Amino acid sequence: MNAIGLNQILFLSTILFFIGVYGFLTRRNMITMLMSVELLLNSVNLNFIAFNKYLFPGKLDGIFFSLFIITIAAAEAAVAIAIIINLYRNHKSIDIDEADVMKY
Amino acid sequence: MSASVIIFYVLAAIIILGGVLSVTSRKIFRSAIYLLFSLIGIAGLYFYLDYEFIAAVQIVVYVGGIVVLLVFSIFLTHGSGEHMKQPNMWRALFSGLAALTGLILTLYIIGNQTFVSDNSTPMAPSVQNIGTQLVSVTSPGYSLPFELVSMLLLAALIGCIVIAIKPAKKADPKPLESNELRSRAENDTLTIENKTVA
Amino acid sequence: MLGANLIILIPVLPILCFALIALAGKRYFPKACGALATLTLLTSFCLSLMVAYQYFFVVGNVGGVFQKIVPVKMTWLEFSPGVSIDMGILLDPISVMMIVIVTFISLMVHIYSLGYMKGEERYATYYSFLCLFTFSMLGLVLSTNIFQIYVFWELVGVSSFLLIGYYFDKPSAVAASKKAFIVTRFADLGFLIGILVLAFYAKTLDFQELIMRLTTQGSYLTSMMSASFLGITALSWGLALVFIGGAGKSAMFPLHIWLPDAMEGPTPVSALIHAATMVVAGVFLVARLFPIYAISGQDVLHFITYVGLFSSFFAAIIACTQTDIKRVLAYSTMSQIGYMMFSLGVSGYGGEEGLGFMASMFHLFTHAMFKALLFLGAGAVIHYVNSNEMKDMGGLRKKMPITHITFLLACLAISGIPPFAGFFSKEEILQAAWQHDKIVFVVAIITAAITAFYMFRLYFTIFWTKDFQSHAAHDAHGTAGHHDDQHGEGPATMMFPLMLLALLAVIAGMVPFSKLVTSDGKPLITEFHPTFSIAPVLLAAIGILIAMRMYKKENQGPQKFADSVKTLYISAYHKFYIDELYIFVTKKVLFNLVGRPVAWFDRNIVDGTMNLMAYVTGEISFSIRKMQSGKLQQYAAYFFVGVIGFVLIFVFRK
Repeated sequence: MNAIGLNQILFLSTILFFIGVYGFLTRRNMITMLMSVELLLNSVNLNFIAFNKYLFPGKLDGIFFSLFIITIAAAEAAVAIAIIINLYRNHKSIDIDEADVMKY
Repeated sequence: MSASVIIFYVLAAIIILGGVLSVTSRKIFRSAIYLLFSLIGIAGLYFYLDYEFIAAVQIVVYVGGIVVLLVFSIFLTHGSGEHMKQPNMWRALFSGLAALTGLILTLYIIGNQTFVSDNSTPMAPSVQNIGTQLVSVTSPGYSLPFELVSMLLLAALIGCIVIAIKPAKKADPKPLESNELRSRAENDTLTIENKTVA
Repeated sequence: MLGANLIILIPVLPILCFALIALAGKRYFPKACGALATLTLLTSFCLSLMVAYQYFFVVGNVGGVFQKIVPVKMTWLEFSPGVSIDMGILLDPISVMMIVIVTFISLMVHIYSLGYMKGEERYATYYSFLCLFTFSMLGLVLSTNIFQIYVFWELVGVSSFLLIGYYFDKPSAVAASKKAFIVTRFADLGFLIGILVLAFYAKTLDFQELIMRLTTQGSYLTSMMSASFLGITALSWGLALVFIGGAGKSAMFPLHIWLPDAMEGPTPVSALIHAATMVVAGVFLVARLFPIYAISGQDVLHFITYVGLFSSFFAAIIACTQTDIKRVLAYSTMSQIGYMMFSLGVSGYGGEEGLGFMASMFHLFTHAMFKALLFLGAGAVIHYVNSNEMKDMGGLRKKMPITHITFLLACLAISGIPPFAGFFSKEEILQAAWQHDKIVFVVAIITAAITAFYMFRLYFTIFWTKDFQSHAAHDAHGTAGHHDDQHGEGPATMMFPLMLLALLAVIAGMVPFSKLVTSDGKPLITEFHPTFSIAPVLLAAIGILIAMRMYKKENQGPQKFADSVKTLYISAYHKFYIDELYIFVTKKVLFNLVGRPVAWFDRNIVDGTMNLMAYVTGEISFSIRKMQSGKLQQYAAYFFVGVIGFVLIFVFRK
């Protein structure tokens, strides 16, 4: 356990975060964008847990943060899906590039 | 090279590979499954770090809830079968470059940072401890965020239902008698009221 | 001494009357406004007389010198501990004399207007303007502070504008009022700059301090004399600019163009404003600052002499050719004020030297009497004949006896025939001129002769020459013919002021003026030199006889004389084309060379810059509008790149 330090876990979460960023900026389907967002949130969770374990072992703050993030991520994913479904009904497409009506 | 280190690297590989495949796959359903694997990998990492409760919550909520929700939404939007369109090459290049820049920058900053532990006696992250702190009002008490999150969930619940509800059927084109019109009108107002309630 | 409260009522009563008439009187009791205003003026006049009596005979004289008393002084606007604009009342010989003159003549005009303006539709407005004017003039003469005098100066200008343009449905009246206001305003620019120059160096705006600082040798005086611009010292500039302001109000050449046109106003207004009070404001200003002019500003005093002298001679020539009686009187006023100005110019300060000052003030006093009388008499004549032109008049001596006698007395007074008032004041002026500069004396005496000539030309043409035929009788209205015989000279309200003023025109010369009003407050002994007086009186008498010869009976004399000096006559008739010159300069030079380029600059460059800025903004926003493409991922990309940028900046700031 001592060989795996904080830095390794942080590296891992950073890489995961930027994979999520790439996915968010690149993907054309709204649902896959949502998946990228989940990746982002998970990387942040990992960060909190790591800090809690390695830097502040006497407290449980990191755990609670992660708990709440998971909860809120769930709620947010639900709302996002609802919106996507509504959009699909009106436009028959969930391609993000076709949802550009609010422009100049 | 002890076993724990190897386990860690295996978990890390699952996570990253799952993530990469998820964002690059051309079939949407596969993308969802790769996400699933990535999330299970993260749960495994939590187990590895001795945070069993969080790992369990991760599996139950994320894997069992959110991924399932994603799969249902894929079905509802009729996109499960076909290949998805490739992104524009310039866009992929640009965002890849941006992500890479960000990655290198962040890694650099993390690498140069010395993290100082406060070396206090570790508190066991047992269910009992978590539960006690979750509903306590003395410091460190998380009852307030707990209540707020529950309200947020309620709001999200109501919001989802209202947003995704199907609108009422339209009136048919043949001419109606007056009482039929009146009852139609009443039906319509009912639906409108439903919408306005939200 | 009268309490400060009562003294302050002298100007305050008229302004309260103005407010009352303007706010309530016009609507609720228009016919009573005349009586109300007259009563107010009567009260002010009585108070002024009391103040004058107290000042001259009871308290003002301390150790043989008349003191300057300041009963009221209140700081209004303080710029710095030394420099502040105060409002106050200053009593010294000239201001006390002026309040008596102003309230008296104003009272006479108010009484006269009761008859003259009767039946006028805007009767109440007329009286409210008169009250406003009286207030402004009284405030002007009672000022303690040079800025206060400027404030009231402008107020007087405004009142004059309102009164000249009283008949606002006549375009000529409107044009005349604008002309008066613009010309005097233009001169007031010089006045303001002069005030600023003087105040800058002397570091004060108060009259007494200003005079003290700029007449005694000290730091203020030396600093002002050493600073110079274009070869003229700052002091001379300040004094000259202040004089220019005074010259505008007093209709000195070349700022005189407004005075003849101002005759468009009702005749009592001309009597008040353009004969006795407002036009002497310039003379009053120079008199107020006289110690500075006499002791430290000799060069400016020379300038004033020449301006006054030239104006009086110039006006006298023009007056000989005019056919509108009010215009003749207007030029006569300009000429007499020229007398007052050059009399100040040839004066020194203190003792025997100050003869010119005393003479000028004396002439101001007597001139107010007989000029007001002349105007009011002319008003009666115009009222009777319904015309201003001399050719419509003649032989009126039988029809208007009172007017005839009073007008004759006034003409004798203005010509300087003993023992009427004008003789004494003109004597003193001519004596002062003789002592100082012989050339001035010669021109002055010639002007006096011409004055006698044109005044009697006026007199004879109105009251003698031919028998009066009202040309209304030649029109087809029989009733109009009866009208002239039936309506007499004028109501008693018009005749009473004429008679009172005539009496004063006769006896005013007997007032021992030199003991009361002098340049330094000490009494001056003046003697009567019979041998000296022979020349002026003789010349004046010759002028009268020539006028009698030419105008008493209708003959070809005037026409033949006019033909013999044709060009001179025609140019004098056209007022030497000064108005045309002004119009030329304004239109061709100012408008074209200054106005048009400035307007072009404003339209194209100032507006153009604004338009350009708007255009550029529009173009930029149009070209970057594609940034709002509606594509969510683009927005996210910009956001992300921005965040990276910020992190780079903040983390790697050296």
